[in-house]
Amino acid sequence: MTAVFSIFLLTLLIITAIAIVRISNLFAAVMLSGIFSLLLAANFFVLDAADVALTEAAVGAGISTVLFLSALAMTAEHERSVSTNRGIALIVVITTTIAIIYATFDKPAFGDPAAPIHQHVAPWYLDTTRYAIEIPNVVTAVLGTFRGYDTLGEVFVVFTAGIGVMFLLSARSGSKRQRLPQASEGLRHYLVPRVVGRMLIPFILLFALYVQFHGEYSPGGGFQAGAIFAAAIILYALLEGEDRALVALPRSWLTTMMVGGALLYGGVGVVCMLLGGNFLDYSVLSSNPVAGQQLGILLIEAGVGITVTGVLLNIYHAFAARDKF
Amino acid sequence: MTLATIVDIASWLLMSAGGLFVLIGGIGALRMPDLYTRMHAASVTDSIAPILIITGIVLQAGFTLASIKLIAILLFLLLTGPTATNALASAALLAGNRTEQATPYTSKDD
Repeated sequence: MTAVFSIFLLTLLIITAIAIVRISNLFAAVMLSGIFSLLLAANFFVLDAADVALTEAAVGAGISTVLFLSALAMTAEHERSVSTNRGIALIVVITTTIAIIYATFDKPAFGDPAAPIHQHVAPWYLDTTRYAIEIPNVVTAVLGTFRGYDTLGEVFVVFTAGIGVMFLLSARSGSKRQRLPQASEGLRHYLVPRVVGRMLIPFILLFALYVQFHGEYSPGGGFQAGAIFAAAIILYALLEGEDRALVALPRSWLTTMMVGGALLYGGVGVVCMLLGGNFLDYSVLSSNPVAGQQLGILLIEAGVGITVTGVLLNIYHAFAARDKF
Repeated sequence: MTLATIVDIASWLLMSAGGLFVLIGGIGALRMPDLYTRMHAASVTDSIAPILIITGIVLQAGFTLASIKLIAILLFLLLTGPTATNALASAALLAGNRTEQATPYTSKDD
């Protein structure tokens, strides 16, 4: 039954992907890419990867769509038709596809317990998490502790991406821009979306906190919670206008959050070293090594969440504050 | 016939009816002549269909935490679905999309 459902979802994914490539209306392409992400999230969930599914749904279907739309507001609605020679591209794509399909013949069968991925370090993670960290969600343990360096790297990738986008988009933010008054009003005149949106925002924020701090027991964690937090604030900005959102969370705060979250993560590692352990070895944070591990995961997840929220909101504001070309 | 069987049949009926409404909404969204009537058809999938389907699943779940979560999801869908439809309709109206005074049997193409 699960296999049938997976094949159904994968077929829909391919149909959506072809539609994205073929459609020339860019707004429709953005909407289709949102559908693509949602289908992918459902597929991840079928494969029992709930954490990844949550990230894909929050970032891919939620935030990316909003960012794409705010980018599209600055450009044209339709794709410019290009008339280049597509023969070479077709040959390259077909060759690559055949090579990849050929490569899959060497891969282990779907769900094979003897596959190398299930035999290498995964059993050790599953086993060690039980007595060394004592949290039910092994994904969080792997992400926070065992692969803490990788996650630190990811946080800095997000941070660097945020800085890059801000450099590209807010180059003129110092100059005095003449903004149209209605540009910043958002949906203030639309009663129904405004009332319902205002009613939902507290619950979205509460859910973000749940995803953030319940990440050790259920799917979730800093990346997902950061995206949901950012989504709530972006919804506020859409409903009430840019300016009010910036009053609630000023730019300087957002930049501080971007830097502060990454610093909190790195700082936890440095504190571990000062207390006599290895970098990001949280066992020394408390007299009880298990409690130390849990405290460390809580702190670094908070750092991840703060950075992701700051970066996503900063990128959104950088897009929204930019004039139309 | 035991109570469990009756609950099973009721939940089966509710979920099937919900699925039927989703299908009707999909057909309507494809077949209706203009944007507003299409939205009217499609809004069936986020009003009556989730009520029926989620009530059916709640009957399967019984008095558990899962049921409370499902009802929370239902409330969320019932709040956001019609709101999205409303926002879409007012955006379309603002963008100058007017209904054409066409009879249901003449499409725009002919």
